[in-house]
Amino acid sequence: MIELVEVRKIYHQGLPDETVAVGGVTLTIAANSVTVLRGPSGSGKTSLLSLIGGMARPTSGRVWVAGREITSLPERFLTAVRRNTFGFVFQHSNLVRGITTLENVMLPAYPLGGSRASLEARAEGLLEQLGLSHRARARAEWLSGGEAQRAAVARALINEPQVIVADEPTAHLDSKASRELMGILAGLRTRGKTIVIASHDPVVYEGAAVDRVIGIRDGRLDGDGR
Amino acid sequence: MILHPGILALLAGAFAVAGLMVLASWHAVELLARWDLASGSPRQLALERRTYLISAVVGLVLAFQVASLFLFVFTADGLSSMFAGAMCAAGALLANRYGYPALLLGLGNFVLAGLWLVLNHADNLGYDYPLVRRKHGFLLVLAPLLLVEAALRTRYFMELDPEVITSCCGSLFSRGGRTVGASLAALPALPTAIAFYGSVFGAAGAGLAFLRWPRAAAVPLGLLSAFSLVAGLAGLVSYVSPYVYELPTHRCPFCLLQGAYGGIGYLLYGTLLPGAVTGIGAPMLSPFRGFPSLAGPLPLFQRRLAVTSSVLLAVFGVISAWLVTTSHLVQ
Amino acid sequence: MRALLERHRAVLDFALSSLGRRKGKNAALLAVYALVVFCLASVVLFTQALRREAHVLLRDAPELVVQRLTAGRHDLLPREWLDAMAGLRGVSSVRGRLWGYLYDPLTRANYTLMGVQGVAPGQIAIGPGVASVTGAAEGDRLSLRGPGGDYEAFTVREVLSSDAALVSADLVLMDETKLRSFFSIASGLYTDAAVSVANEREVLTVAGKVSRLLPGARAIPRAEMLRTYDSIFDWRSGLALLAFAGAVLAFTIVAWEKASGLSAEERREIGILKAIGWETSDVLALRLWEGAITSLSGFAVGMLLAYAHVFLFRAALLAPVLRGWSVLAPDLGLVPYVDPYQVVSLFFLTVVPYSAATLVPSWRAATVDPEAVMRT
Repeated sequence: MIELVEVRKIYHQGLPDETVAVGGVTLTIAANSVTVLRGPSGSGKTSLLSLIGGMARPTSGRVWVAGREITSLPERFLTAVRRNTFGFVFQHSNLVRGITTLENVMLPAYPLGGSRASLEARAEGLLEQLGLSHRARARAEWLSGGEAQRAAVARALINEPQVIVADEPTAHLDSKASRELMGILAGLRTRGKTIVIASHDPVVYEGAAVDRVIGIRDGRLDGDGR
Repeated sequence: MILHPGILALLAGAFAVAGLMVLASWHAVELLARWDLASGSPRQLALERRTYLISAVVGLVLAFQVASLFLFVFTADGLSSMFAGAMCAAGALLANRYGYPALLLGLGNFVLAGLWLVLNHADNLGYDYPLVRRKHGFLLVLAPLLLVEAALRTRYFMELDPEVITSCCGSLFSRGGRTVGASLAALPALPTAIAFYGSVFGAAGAGLAFLRWPRAAAVPLGLLSAFSLVAGLAGLVSYVSPYVYELPTHRCPFCLLQGAYGGIGYLLYGTLLPGAVTGIGAPMLSPFRGFPSLAGPLPLFQRRLAVTSSVLLAVFGVISAWLVTTSHLVQ
Repeated sequence: MRALLERHRAVLDFALSSLGRRKGKNAALLAVYALVVFCLASVVLFTQALRREAHVLLRDAPELVVQRLTAGRHDLLPREWLDAMAGLRGVSSVRGRLWGYLYDPLTRANYTLMGVQGVAPGQIAIGPGVASVTGAAEGDRLSLRGPGGDYEAFTVREVLSSDAALVSADLVLMDETKLRSFFSIASGLYTDAAVSVANEREVLTVAGKVSRLLPGARAIPRAEMLRTYDSIFDWRSGLALLAFAGAVLAFTIVAWEKASGLSAEERREIGILKAIGWETSDVLALRLWEGAITSLSGFAVGMLLAYAHVFLFRAALLAPVLRGWSVLAPDLGLVPYVDPYQVVSLFFLTVVPYSAATLVPSWRAATVDPEAVMRT
């Protein structure tokens, strides 16, 4: 599904504060699986995740998504591919404050020009699956941490992407909420989705549904568990 | 210079246009020099981002140009009361030697601007910026023309002198003179009518033919549309307008816009001009059908343009014919 | 097509909510915009309404006014001239007019005295400006100082209606014979002649004939008078607008500043939008819609306030500037009149600079890098 070949990411190249965030990673992520990138903070897992999800371009190396090379795509097309293929969940839920949960979930689909009514129906369906129907009309800033992350997952699913990318999704959640969230993410696998999570939380990488754990340290791959 | 709100608005607008076009041109030059789609380097990314700015700038400028063309004619019309002998814009524009050139160039820029917008939209249909070089090259041709037009307009307004005695459309567009207007008016009636309806409905028909036979009908559509623009404007002056005014000697392209005639001029110009531009635009894109990123969306866009052109030109022709036949004037 | 409309509708929706989320900043910008439009629109609406009043009132003026000039200065014209002009082809009637200016040292105002039929010798009809400055009302006695220095008393028969105040404010109408004796003008001499020409297209021809026939005659067509009025009003309004040019420029700079200064919250929001799948062009559309909403509502509010100011409050703030320095400035209840052409011009004067100023900042905002959001 996703293939990285000799991918490097260097920030501030040529300047005194040059940093090698990812140094020569080759990696294949199978479709319909749950993969966890495990490593301490500063290990480069967030950068690697950006590269996997098409949010950043590698300094060198190539990235294939669903058989299509995205490394040298023009930005216009890259955004279109990213929009249709990936759904993102961040550390902080990053919901837009001041609008309702429902509107937040619908937000990624606004530029696609679908009918408003069907979009709302889809969003409400997703919130129901995630147990958030009762919070649909609540303002985003009133949600608890766990609720907000679940809303973020719903948002990531609105355009029916094939891959869900999550960066430290449980970082600010208590253990109960973390387990709930992991259950949801793992459950998505049964719907044919590919899940990639970066985390150093044991609740995540020791979860039963995880197919593969890849260790990362100092921008390079460690061992390969399971 | 006459201090008049309409003039101030047009001058402020001309100034803004000039500034924005210089900005856009500067970016366009840099883009043409450094564009390298395959590189993926930070500079290339910055250039790709720049294209959004240039499109937005030019879009704003062109929207203003379209509106300001009408505002320009209207202002000239309003100023006509200040010039002895002028009774509508026709005379006011003649008050100094910059009036008509400014108007004609404005008309030409309208067509070019419309074509640029068509090209821009086509470029956005492809995921790999297929027409980016052509688009920005075209921009570098259009920009100086817009600047010249802004300069001409400014010069026209600044050199307006109410003491000048000018002519009214009655004498400008009457037979027997030696001006272009007079030649227009002196065109023999029947051949003019044939050329008028022939080109307008011919172009409309070619637009429909384009839907079925895009390759064969491309060149005829483009030529007929261009011709319909010229014949349509000439025909409006010499053939249609006397019927609207119900006076055989009153041939004027501007009085059509006045309220006394129901502002029918807006409908006429509003169908003829966009109709001709879309009719030229559709076949203009044909050479690019072979581009891989455009192979899918481009033919559909061309069809839309062709249909739009046919409909607009047909409406124009029908309204003109209606005006002629229901007029109380019998010639 | 449908998708395009839906897309814009959704983006517009979000733009509205976006503006609402930063009420303070946007309200300030809207207020400034509305203020600028208010100033410009007040000037334009006022002068256009005055101009239209002048046109309406002058409709009944004679087609041609003939004066006599001696050594370049205005002189009285003799009865023979009236007879000569009456004989010209195209002239339907000639009427000699007798009028003059009078300075009143008590009120320090200039009155226009006009001789008419139908007013008894000891009576006068005064214009509303005269009435207000002298405090005279119908039935009162009013004294006027003749050129010789003697005062003569008149009974005010009526105060002229203020509907025609634009032209009648400083008028004093009295019996023609009485006026002659007041100013010591010999009989057979007139101040000017009002000439009626039946066919409007012939006015210039007749004017030419008059000039050739009577040496020293100056014939002023009505169209010329209207043109002069128009020029003055346009000039004055143009001048006032230029005075506001500074305001428009400052406003443009403010707009640029506001659009450029992205707060941390705004930057975060745009980053989120880009991260969840909005393209640069979508975010640009969002910013442009925000600008459009601000500018259109600012324009509408400014326009409405200007309309109320000029037509409901009688242009209280502007009138002194635009009416001139006359002591007898008429208090005008202007007929509400909005010329669409002027509205369009104003729209151009404000919306175009605003759009131009906010274009580049909007684009800069739209190119915020989503990766930055990942790193928070």
